[in-house]
Amino acid sequence: MAKIIVVTSGKGGVGKTTTSAAISSGLALRGHKTAVIDFDIGLRNLDIIMNCERRVVYDFVNVINNEATLKQALIKDKRVDNLFILPASQTRDKDALSSEGVERVLNELADDGFEYIICDSPAGIEHGAFMALYFADMAIVVANPEVSSVRDSDRILGILQSKSRRAEKGERVEECLLITRYNPERVAKGEMLGVTDVEEILATKLLAVIPESESVLKASNQGVPVIHDKESKAGQAYDDAVARLLGEERDHRFVEVEHKGLFQRLFGRK
Amino acid sequence: MSTVENSMLESQPPSSFRLKAGLFPLTLLEVQGLDRQSFERELQLKVAEAPAFFQQTPVILSFDADARGDMSLAELVELCRTQGLVPVVLRGGSEELQQQALQQGLALMPEGRSRAAKAEPEPSPAEDVPEPAAPAAEDEPSAPVPGGGGNRVITTPIRSGQQVYAAGGDLIVLSSVSAGAEVLADGNIHVYGPLRGRALAGVRGDTGARIFCQSLEAELISIAGDFQLSDDLRGKLWKQPVQICLSDQKLTVEPLA
Repeated sequence: MAKIIVVTSGKGGVGKTTTSAAISSGLALRGHKTAVIDFDIGLRNLDIIMNCERRVVYDFVNVINNEATLKQALIKDKRVDNLFILPASQTRDKDALSSEGVERVLNELADDGFEYIICDSPAGIEHGAFMALYFADMAIVVANPEVSSVRDSDRILGILQSKSRRAEKGERVEECLLITRYNPERVAKGEMLGVTDVEEILATKLLAVIPESESVLKASNQGVPVIHDKESKAGQAYDDAVARLLGEERDHRFVEVEHKGLFQRLFGRK
Repeated sequence: MSTVENSMLESQPPSSFRLKAGLFPLTLLEVQGLDRQSFERELQLKVAEAPAFFQQTPVILSFDADARGDMSLAELVELCRTQGLVPVVLRGGSEELQQQALQQGLALMPEGRSRAAKAEPEPSPAEDVPEPAAPAAEDEPSAPVPGGGGNRVITTPIRSGQQVYAAGGDLIVLSSVSAGAEVLADGNIHVYGPLRGRALAGVRGDTGARIFCQSLEAELISIAGDFQLSDDLRGKLWKQPVQICLSDQKLTVEPLA
């Protein structure tokens, strides 16, 4: 049985695509056959972050419209075995996603033996976002530690638990929270919401806290999902997230302000 | 009121009554066909499903533009009354229908979102009918459970943008009510988590309704139409366990011992 996981947030620019790329790569690195689908039709980004932009021939909408087979459209990742990307169309709009079409593609992936299907949701609460979350078994809700992002995440959690297929069947969608761009120093100064505040407002399980890190931007620009950067804190935090998704217990790191020693202060290295 | 007293009333507020705005959920009866026999049969069946719910329930009548049949408005009103429904308002409708409605003592209400409807003395029609929305899948969220008095228990967080209404009873929320969410009940509201959204108890005018919460962080609190906004609530009981009730027609916030 394939597990369908939607990465969603409501608000734009909080790190959904970065998270989708990192989590799907992480799952595949641990040997699970994983597909990651870009639902952001018209504003596709996932292929850039996964560095397969130039290999896109057919896309998700082509498959839905039966203009190409799923096999033709799936792009195999060059870094990790077991990882496949289904890119979005850049020339269509989100209405091109039909519920029947999306369901058929998801079923086909499941029949092909995929264990995890990651749905990278577009921002907003419109049709595209709705399609991305409708079939989900689990949701990773991405939020930045600021009030408007947290409010939007709350809204999307409400939609998830009332409008998704599982909700219609009277079941719950498993939900977890992933906080990105976290900066403990700014939290200490009172400029940012703390992890406990966000957790308390959203009343949901915390999957991971990804610290604010230059390596994330660098990774996006180079087209290497940040989880491959074992040196960076963000990469390590995503690795923890994947481990927890697979049932491992790991302590949350990078949540507290680090106290730099004298030596580090003198020769401060980031 | 007599005309003699008019001049006096202008200078001082009336002591025999108070005019207040109320927000009451009302049932809308959309008439799709005017065949007398099938209407009667179907109404009987519907009422039999939840007899308690249709005890003296005020309803708004609304007519589908292509409703066909030989039944007059008078007959329709009579049929409703025998089944326990009390038609109080006609919404929209042709001029002819409106004339008939006036003869039946119904108030008229414009089509669409009406602000001011001519009120029947009892019970007052709603200015705005809230649509109860279920947070989880439920077919008829407002249908009362026989014997349960229409109470609703919600075990999951009520999120921003969601609206939950307990018709004819209490609303019990075992989790949080987020900012931007709205909870309504004809009876009391209990929130066993932080109450950060809007809570409206006694929406059908029950002034004895109360709101209980573990942490008062609400955007708005209302009992039987009397309301306070968060700015007024941010006193020393903010974020404390409290109960809110109407005493002497004034909203009172008290700590929960």
